[in-house]
Amino acid sequence: MSGSILNVENVTMQFGGVVAVDNLNLEINEGEIVALIGPNGAGKTTAFNVVTGVYQPTNGRVSFLGETIVENHPQGKMKKLYKGEHAGEYSHVLAPTPDRITKLGMARTFQNIRLWKSQSVFDNVLIAMHCRTHTNFLAASLRLNHKEEQEQRDRVAELLQTVGLYDVKDEPATSLPYGKQRRLEIARALATDPKLLLLDEPAAGMNPQETNELTAFIGQIRKDFGMTVFLIEHHMDLVMDISDRIYVLDFGKLIAHGTPEEIQNNNRVIDAYLGVAEDA
Amino acid sequence: MIQQRSKKGAVTAVIACAVLLAAVILLENISLLLPAGSVPNVLKPTSQLFAVLKKGAVYSLAAVSMNLLNGFTGLFSLGQAGFMLLGAYTYAILSVPVADRAAVYYLYGGSAVNFSFQDMFGTIFGTEGVGGAVSLGLGVAVAMVLAGCVAAVFAYFIGLPVLRLKSDYLAIATLGFAEIIKAVFQWQALGPVTNGANMIKNFPTFSSFNITGADGTVILRLSTFFPFLVSMICIAAICLLINSTYGRAFKAIREDETAAEAMGINLAKHKMLSFCTSAFFAGVSGAMFAMFVTNAQAKVYTTTMTYEILLIVVIGGIGSISGSVMATFLYVACSEWWLRFLDNVTVINGVQLPFLRAGFRMVVFSVVIMIVVLFFRRGIMGDKELPDLFKKRARKEGTGK
Ligand SMILES: Nc1ncnc2c1ncn2[C@@H]1O[C@H](COP(=O)(O)OP(=O)(O)O)[C@@H](O)[C@H]1O
Ligand SMILES: [Mg+2]
Repeated sequence: MSGSILNVENVTMQFGGVVAVDNLNLEINEGEIVALIGPNGAGKTTAFNVVTGVYQPTNGRVSFLGETIVENHPQGKMKKLYKGEHAGEYSHVLAPTPDRITKLGMARTFQNIRLWKSQSVFDNVLIAMHCRTHTNFLAASLRLNHKEEQEQRDRVAELLQTVGLYDVKDEPATSLPYGKQRRLEIARALATDPKLLLLDEPAAGMNPQETNELTAFIGQIRKDFGMTVFLIEHHMDLVMDISDRIYVLDFGKLIAHGTPEEIQNNNRVIDAYLGVAEDA
Repeated sequence: MIQQRSKKGAVTAVIACAVLLAAVILLENISLLLPAGSVPNVLKPTSQLFAVLKKGAVYSLAAVSMNLLNGFTGLFSLGQAGFMLLGAYTYAILSVPVADRAAVYYLYGGSAVNFSFQDMFGTIFGTEGVGGAVSLGLGVAVAMVLAGCVAAVFAYFIGLPVLRLKSDYLAIATLGFAEIIKAVFQWQALGPVTNGANMIKNFPTFSSFNITGADGTVILRLSTFFPFLVSMICIAAICLLINSTYGRAFKAIREDETAAEAMGINLAKHKMLSFCTSAFFAGVSGAMFAMFVTNAQAKVYTTTMTYEILLIVVIGGIGSISGSVMATFLYVACSEWWLRFLDNVTVINGVQLPFLRAGFRMVVFSVVIMIVVLFFRRGIMGDKELPDLFKKRARKEGTGK
């Protein structure tokens, strides 16, 4: 497909005997905001980790921008333990480290905020630009990259202004309130110059007002940066508000997929998830 | 704006270093300026003061290079003495004048390496006067750079398998490496190169840099200036590295490896860069250590030496360059000079003071260290640098007004 940016094909992730993600298939097109929802422990974060190279899937294939980036089939002791489907379909093994996938243009945030704690807000974003640096080690140490460095600093300033963190740029990252730390993590991911942004529960722990701000913020990112966004989220208001499409995961399996309206009216989803979330 | 501030800081730092170097030259040459009878004991060239300054300069580079790895990249390595040994031997083997080799390697019937950089440059620039000084300087400089390179190459081969593992195997591997390398360099079979368990000597040392007149009297002392100069250049290079984009990536790895990797930082590559750079400067400091003790002998580079340097890093503050430097001079001064009196049996008015006898110094020293480790866990400086302290004060005063 021409507009497809991320393609997850028959991905199964098994930890020993535990099947965390079971035969997942999904597709994200350029410019979309797609949500992945499901109860706790459904395997959403694991799916992210497979896509970003943190975990090597047990079976299946992930393509990004038309190229296969991750592929695996059950090997060694997993051959016997494997409980999923499509076992014989894949023969290549492709397992790049997360930094290589990031360089291809995919950036993420974490469910538990993972900022560089003792670094300033400014430096957190600046460090994320390191992966786009062209200067080699010696030249950078000898300050021969003056121009590039200044360019990066200007871009960080600009980025911080866009996300509304410029006035706290010299504060240590961890001194920020929770909502701003989440925002900083997104800014940091944007600094790696991605085409696809993966957000793992960006509104976790936020109050309703912060959540509303975040919803607007994600919309703004799509508009300003032309970004494709793939997010995991529990706040249904946010999800229904901004998503173009929604995938629903339960016990590692995809149980539904469709537009927000379709999902809201899907009985299986209401049974497995939405009913519970509404009560909570 | 951000750039301007750093430019101002750089100028200040360069001036401070120049002032310090000038002070060192002045200090070691006062004895030449004053009338012979009136030189106080401390300022005589043989004074403990200069031994402390020289050793301090050598050790501060060793400590800073260890801090680069342990403090700034968060990789715990215990190979410092091993890399220093490699540096010391590389320097020594490449620097003993060809004429002296038969005497130094007499047990092995001469050296297998019949070459020295000083001799090589001597054939180009001459061996007397200014030409001699140039060939000495160049010879020493090239040998020292190679000393660093050899250490870095070894680090590369250790790092290749070990740095890919996500845990503290590095500490074990480097500790083992340091022990093995120590044994290998004492091995008889390598005698023609390493002189076996005997020391290699007669290579240019710090006092080779003193400028002497035609009659052999010293005109200008540079024997303390030289280690200061080299250490300063190397530490300045490490500072530049730490504040570069690569240095920032190192800090990101230290603080959160998973996040660093997710933000596109290649862990294996950056860890390797840090490890090899650290080993390079450890090698250079090892070469200087050999110059300081005027010989190279494998059995000196023990694990205790690594621990000593680690201790300095901890006392100074893990992740603080200026802390490491200050802690080095404090540590060296205490252990070599200020606490020496504790080792001497002292009798006052016919009463022998209790406890004061050989070895007591180490007891007191250990207690001091325990106090530091227990109560000042973040060291003298934490992860701050000297200029940070001034900045903070300036800001406080600014808001106070
Ligand atoms: N590294 C791991 N080792 C073993 N089991 C894991 C690992 N990571 C996740 N799991 C399991 O996978 C399942 C899905 O977890 P996760 O993807 O974090 O769920 P969520 O949808 O809440 O993000 C859970 O049962 C969890 O225990
Ligand atoms: Mg999760």
